[in-house]
Amino acid sequence: MTILAATPTQPWKPKFANLWPEFLGVLFTILATLSIVAVTPLKGKLGFALTLIVVATVTSAVVSGLRKDKRAATNSVSTVFIYVAASLVLIPLISLLYEILRLGLGGLSWGIFTKDMSETASDSPLTEGGLLHAVVGTLYIVLIATIVSAPIGFLAALYIVEVKGKFASIVRFFTQAMSGVPSIVAGLFIYAVWMIGLGNSYNAAAGAGALTILMIPTVARTAEEVLKLIPDDLREAGLALGATQWRTVISIILPAARSGLITAVILGVARVAGETAPLLLTIGGADALNLNPIEGNSSALPYYVWKNYSLGNPESIERAWLGVLVLMIMVSILFASARYFGRVRGQSR
Amino acid sequence: MTTSQLPKVEPKPREIVSKARFSDKVFRGVVSAGGLSTLLILALIAFFLVFNGFSVFRSEGLQFLTGFEWVDADLEQGIPASYGIGAMLYGTLVIGILAVIFGFPVAVGAALFLSYYAPEWLKRPMVIVIDVMAAIPSVVFGLWGYFVLMPHAEYWAKLIHKYFGFIPFFDMPANAFSRSPFIAGLVLAIMIIPIIASISREVFAQTPPDRIQAAYALGATKWAMIKAVVFPYGIGGVIGGAMLGLGRALGETVAVYTVLNLVYDIRIEVLLSAGGSVASMIVNKFGEADAPELKALMAAGFVLFVVTLIVNFIANGIINKTARKG
Repeated sequence: MTILAATPTQPWKPKFANLWPEFLGVLFTILATLSIVAVTPLKGKLGFALTLIVVATVTSAVVSGLRKDKRAATNSVSTVFIYVAASLVLIPLISLLYEILRLGLGGLSWGIFTKDMSETASDSPLTEGGLLHAVVGTLYIVLIATIVSAPIGFLAALYIVEVKGKFASIVRFFTQAMSGVPSIVAGLFIYAVWMIGLGNSYNAAAGAGALTILMIPTVARTAEEVLKLIPDDLREAGLALGATQWRTVISIILPAARSGLITAVILGVARVAGETAPLLLTIGGADALNLNPIEGNSSALPYYVWKNYSLGNPESIERAWLGVLVLMIMVSILFASARYFGRVRGQSR
Repeated sequence: MTTSQLPKVEPKPREIVSKARFSDKVFRGVVSAGGLSTLLILALIAFFLVFNGFSVFRSEGLQFLTGFEWVDADLEQGIPASYGIGAMLYGTLVIGILAVIFGFPVAVGAALFLSYYAPEWLKRPMVIVIDVMAAIPSVVFGLWGYFVLMPHAEYWAKLIHKYFGFIPFFDMPANAFSRSPFIAGLVLAIMIIPIIASISREVFAQTPPDRIQAAYALGATKWAMIKAVVFPYGIGGVIGGAMLGLGRALGETVAVYTVLNLVYDIRIEVLLSAGGSVASMIVNKFGEADAPELKALMAAGFVLFVVTLIVNFIANGIINKTARKG
C-alpha cells in the first residue's frame, strides 16, 4: 500500500535565485577585506576585524539599497551591527576558556590534590606542593555559607510567596538590592563584627559569614521564582483537605519545588565559590592544610590564585593559572548540575 | 396561620473566622523572621560600617568625600592623618561609566540578536554562554585582563591616542599605557555584559507579539519594527539593566585591582596609567592598615555601600516598573 501525501511546499523559504546577491555580497566582502589589508598599512587581527566590519556595512547597505530602497539599507546596516555585537560577546569567553586551558592544564596532576604548600617554596616547580589546603578551605567555607544562607533564603522566598506578609514587597525589593552589595563591603562588615567587635582572629567561618551575605539574595530570588511556578491548585487542594498552611507548605509545596530549590542553592554556591575580595579580609590565608574551620588561618581557591598572582614569579603565576583551572572546573560542575536539576524540574511538569 | 405571627428575625450574616492554629502561628512567625532578616542584615551592615568609621566622618567631615589625600598620621614628623576618597570616588565613577559605554551597545545588540535574529539552534547555546560568563569569578577576569587582554588593550590605546589624541580625554602626558581606566573599563564591560544582556532579553521577550506582527504587517523591516515597537516598549528595562551593570562595576574589587594603577589624583585622561577605585583601594590599603586607617577604610566601605545601594534601588525600581507593564 502506498501512502499518497503532498510534499509540503514552503513558499516563504528563500530560493537560491533570491539568495545569490547575498552570497556574492559575502564573497565580495571577504575578498575586499583581504585585499585592503594586503595593500594598505592596516595589519594584524585588529586591522582585519575593523576593515571587515566597515566593508561588510558598506556592502550590505549598497546591495540592499540598490535592490530595494533606503529603509532596506538601514535594516541591513543594523543587522551587521547586531551580528558584530553578538560575536563580540563570544570573543572574550572563548579567549578566556582557551587561555585557562592553555596556561592551567600543564600543572594539572593528581599530586596537587594531595599536597599543600607548607613545605614548598613559591618558586619551586609545580611538581612540588599542591593546592589541597585551598580546595579544603573552599569546601569548608562554601559548606558553612550554604548551611546558613539556604534556610534564610528559603524563608525569605516563603515569606514573599506563601505568607505574603505585610512587608512582602519591601523584603522583595531589599533582597533584590542586596544582590548588589559589593563583595568587599560584605568582607568589611564581617571584619567589623567578627574581628573588631567580637575580638576573634581570622578563620574560615568568618569568610563563610561574608559569603553568606552574598549568597542569600541569589538563593532567595531563585527560590522565589520557583515557588511562584507552583500552581495555586496545589495550595488550594492542600487547604481543602483541611491541612494547615504549615502542613501544606511542608508536605505539598516544598516537595513539589524540591528540584528547583536545589537549583537555587547550587546557583548560590556558584555565585560565591569564586569570591575573592571578602576572603582577603576574613580568612587570613595559610599555606598549610587547616582542617579546623573555626580556628586558625585558612586558605581558599580564589585566595590561592590571588596570593600566587601577587607573588609574581613565573612558577607562582603558573600556580595561579592552575588554581583558576581548578576553580573553573568546580564552578562548571556546579553550573552543569544546576542546569540538570532545572531541566528535570521542567520535564516533570 | 400567617407568617406575620412568626417572630421577626433579622438575618445576620454568619461571621467567618478562620482562627490560625498554633502551628500556623509558629510557622508564620518563623517565616516572617527569616524574611525580615534580609532587612536586618542590610541594616546591620550600614550600622557597623558607620559605627566603626564614625570618628573619621566626624574629623574629616565633607572633606572625606572630596579630599584627594590619603595620609597616615606620622607622629615623629608631626603630620596629622588625612583621609579623603574624592579621587577614588571619581575614578570609580569613571571606570563604571566607561564599562557601561563599552558594554551597553554590545549587550543590547546581543540581546536583540538572541530575540529576533538568531536561528533557533543557536539560541540555547548562546544563552548558556551568557550565563557562563555571569558565573566566572572576578579573580579569573582579573588574571585574564592582566595577562591576556592588557597587551592588546595597550596597543588599542596607543592607536586611539595616535589618531584621537587631540581630544583631551585621549591626551597622554606620559608614555604609560598599561593599567589605565580604559583597560579597567574594558574588563568591567566584559563582566557586566551578561547582566545587561540577560535583563534586556527578558524585557524584549515581553514585547506584545501582536504589535510586532502589526508592524510587520504594515511592511516594516526588522530594524524598523525594533525601533517602533521593541525599543519604546522595553527602553525602561534596558536602562534599568544598564544601571544594574553600573552598580556591579562600581563595587568590583579584584578584577579592577589587577588592571588599574591607583593614583590619588583626578585626571581626565582615560588612557593614562592612573585611576581610582574605592573597592580596590580598600583591598590595597587593608593589608598594612593601623587602627585609625582601618576606621577610614570602614568609612570608605560605607560610602561605597550607599552608592551601590542607591544605584541598585533605582535600577530595580525601573526594571520592576517595566516588567509589570506586560
